[in-house]
Amino acid sequence: MITKMTHACVYVLNQDSAYDFYVNKLGFKVITDAPMGPGARWLTVAPPEQPELEITLFPVVESPVFPKETVKTMTDLIKKGTFGPAVFTCNDIYATYEELKARGVEFKKAPTKEFYGTEALFKDDSGNWFSLNQQD
Amino acid sequence: MSADQYPKVYLYRRIVASKLFIDKHYAENIDLDNISDEAYFSKFHFIRLFKKIYGKTPHQYLISVRIEKIKELLKTGVPVSEACYAVGFESLTSFSGLFKKTVGVTPTAYLTQQQQLKTQMQSNPLKFIPGCYALKHGLMKNSNFEEVL
Repeated sequence: MITKMTHACVYVLNQDSAYDFYVNKLGFKVITDAPMGPGARWLTVAPPEQPELEITLFPVVESPVFPKETVKTMTDLIKKGTFGPAVFTCNDIYATYEELKARGVEFKKAPTKEFYGTEALFKDDSGNWFSLNQQD
Repeated sequence: MSADQYPKVYLYRRIVASKLFIDKHYAENIDLDNISDEAYFSKFHFIRLFKKIYGKTPHQYLISVRIEKIKELLKTGVPVSEACYAVGFESLTSFSGLFKKTVGVTPTAYLTQQQQLKTQMQSNPLKFIPGCYALKHGLMKNSNFEEVL
C-alpha cells in the first residue's frame, strides 16, 4: 500500500535561477542540496510547513535521460508555459498574492473567486505555472 | 474580481508592507510602534490585523524570522554566538533557551547536526537521491534496478 508522496519533480531551465526563485521569492526551504554530476545538483525544496514533500528542481540539461533533442523540446515546452505541475494553498490568498508580487513573482491571474475557492496563477522563472488556492 | 477590487486591498498592502519590512530589517532593533505608525494604523488595530493574516503577532513573527535566519546561518557553519548577535538577539542565554524551545535542540547541537548532514550530502550524495533518478542519470553503477524491471 502506498502511504505518502515524498518527492515531486519540477523541470527547470536553470537550477541557480530556480533556487533564487523558489527560496528567495516563494520562501521555500532547501531540503537537500547534493552534487549530481557535471553541471547539475540534486536540489529539493519544500514549502515551510510541508518539509516532508520534497519538490525536486530538476535541470533540463543534456544527460543520459535528456539527449540534446529532448532538451530542446523540453525547453521550448517549459518556456511557453505548457506545464502546470502543482497547486499550492495558503492561509490568506490576498496577502500572499500581494507579498509574492512585491517580491517580483509574475502572476497570470489575480485572486479570483471560482466555484472551488479563490485562485490565482503564477509563473516560476522557467515558465512553469502554478495555482495558488484558498478554499472558502 | 480583479486584484484591485478585492475587499480592503489597501489594508492588505499596508500589512504586507509591514511584514516585508520585518523580513528585511529583522536584525535591527525594530520598534513595532514605528511599524504600525508607518502602516497608518493604531498599534492595536495593526497587531490584530497582522495576527489575523499571519497567525502571529508582529513580535512573534519577528522572533520566528530571527530563528529561521539563525538556522540558515548555523547551516553554513557560523558559530552560535556570532549567529545570535547577527540576527538581532542581544542575550546569548535567552536566545539559546528560546532556540531550544522552538527548534527542539540547542543551537550547538543544531550546528553540529547540520554540519554532519552537509558533509554527508557532499561526500555521499547518493544517500539523498532516490535510486531511480541516480540510475537513470548514470550516477549509480551497481544496481539491480533494471533486473527487477
